[in-house]
Amino acid sequence: MNRLRPKASRWLLGSISGLLGIFLYAPILVVIVFSFNTARHGTGWHGFTWHWYQALWHNPVALAAARNTLILGVVSTLLATFLGTMLGLGLHRAPFPGRAFFSWAILVPVVVPDIVMAVALLLFFALVRGWLGLFALGLGTMIAAHVTFQIPFVALVVRARLAGLDPALHEAARDLGASPAQAFWRITFPLLWPGIMAGAMLAFTLSLDDFVVSFFTAGPGSGTLPILIYSSVKRGITPDINALSSLLVLASLLATVALVLLERNEATLSNRTANA
Amino acid sequence: MHARDPRQASLRAALLSAPGLLWVTLFLLLPLVLIVGTSFLSRGDYGQLERPFTLENYQRFAGFGSLGFDPLYPLIIARSLLLGAATTGLCVLAGLPLAFFVAGLPRRLKTPALTLVVIPLWTNLLIRTYAWQILLAPEGWLTRCATALGLLTPGQSLYPGTLAVCVGMVCDFLPFLVLPLYASVEKIEWTLAEAARDLGAGGWATFRHALLPQIRPGLMAGGILTFIPATGQFVVPDLLGGAKTVLLGNVIQQQFGQSHDWPFGSAVAVLSMTVVLAGLWLYARSATQQGEGLFP
Repeated sequence: MNRLRPKASRWLLGSISGLLGIFLYAPILVVIVFSFNTARHGTGWHGFTWHWYQALWHNPVALAAARNTLILGVVSTLLATFLGTMLGLGLHRAPFPGRAFFSWAILVPVVVPDIVMAVALLLFFALVRGWLGLFALGLGTMIAAHVTFQIPFVALVVRARLAGLDPALHEAARDLGASPAQAFWRITFPLLWPGIMAGAMLAFTLSLDDFVVSFFTAGPGSGTLPILIYSSVKRGITPDINALSSLLVLASLLATVALVLLERNEATLSNRTANA
Repeated sequence: MHARDPRQASLRAALLSAPGLLWVTLFLLLPLVLIVGTSFLSRGDYGQLERPFTLENYQRFAGFGSLGFDPLYPLIIARSLLLGAATTGLCVLAGLPLAFFVAGLPRRLKTPALTLVVIPLWTNLLIRTYAWQILLAPEGWLTRCATALGLLTPGQSLYPGTLAVCVGMVCDFLPFLVLPLYASVEKIEWTLAEAARDLGAGGWATFRHALLPQIRPGLMAGGILTFIPATGQFVVPDLLGGAKTVLLGNVIQQQFGQSHDWPFGSAVAVLSMTVVLAGLWLYARSATQQGEGLFP
């Protein structure tokens, strides 16, 4: 083969990839940069300021939205992690009638367009409200909705983790005289814990990033940060919205870094066990 | 596991799964059934759901409303599918060099590079999308450059419009395509390409016959992961498109929002869902026939 050709094509691939990298990061960077812009309107750069971040502290609407986002994220993540872990364990452990069907059915929230899921829930809540008076739109309905799309992801992560565990460990514990409960809580569960944490982080990030489902299931006063950003952007982009968005991006990035560190820690740990 | 009694083990597994399955059934499967049912109802004078059962919503969606044939909705379907296909096509064009580049990096650089590709996915789609309003603004430097190069006539702008929607969608969904594609590219048997070269194949022929068949599963999985959210999008066209870029997602939002015609909105939602599930089913079938998993 011609020796020059691969070098030239690597150079070409590298520059295309670099341009694509700029393309992927340009939107995130422009929002962060403009959150420090002195100018209230327009897209020109007029100077650096912290003003918009300080202003957020005194903006009751933004603070309420941040509080709602946090409550929604934490409560739905706790619920979904609990239910999803049990589901992952149940689906992994033994066959039961309907297991094949439900293994497919829990993938539905993963593949259905989020807008379809959102309006289906809106309709469901309205009908139940009409019959039973339950489910007034608000944080409660939003939590129910978020848990619904979080459960499958937690269950998938937990199940994958279970499939990677050595069943001999559990059996050894049993042979050494541990009861099923002891074998589970002292052997399986500690090994499963990183998987549960990873599932929880994933669920939390999904909740933090969701706009469409929240938008349709929110009630008066239960708006989240993404909803606030959307309604503000519809009126026109302002630097304080850029500041708010930058903080949300930062929160997502921190959650992602935590997830990556968790996985890396785990990988070195399992390498060590494999080598020992 | 230690199942002394398989029936007891099966009961335990079912009991463990039950709360999660009940939740998903109550808050997802049941609502989806309800929306299918609602799509056959009529809208009352005050927006309430009414009988009789009717196919009217679907007829209206197909273009046959009470006022004769109107191509509005068939055009919206066509536009959604076209924009979804265009987004997927552009993502493939951009994703191929990116996946090959990352796969060719030294081992210790691969994971960081892949993480860099994925990070934007973890930040809010809404934010990444509205940022293009700033980047493509009429007075922004991208528009000025395009005008200076003669790509745009003065006064014309990149945003709002179909082009802006396309740019936003490609930016939002490119990582979805790159991930499964990378998994395929990583596993390529390069000796096949060398053999094709030795046998005198040119660059394109080598790619087409020696490499493409090897990365097809990743390309398909990535294409599906891109096409589904792109076709059902309502945020991106809502923020970047003008009045002319109404897609299926926007129709659903309008009908459940301002128009308050839930039966018609349900019909549109049911059709969108059907398109997605039918596509997935066809793909799963062809993948099992070729003996490939859904995600390589």
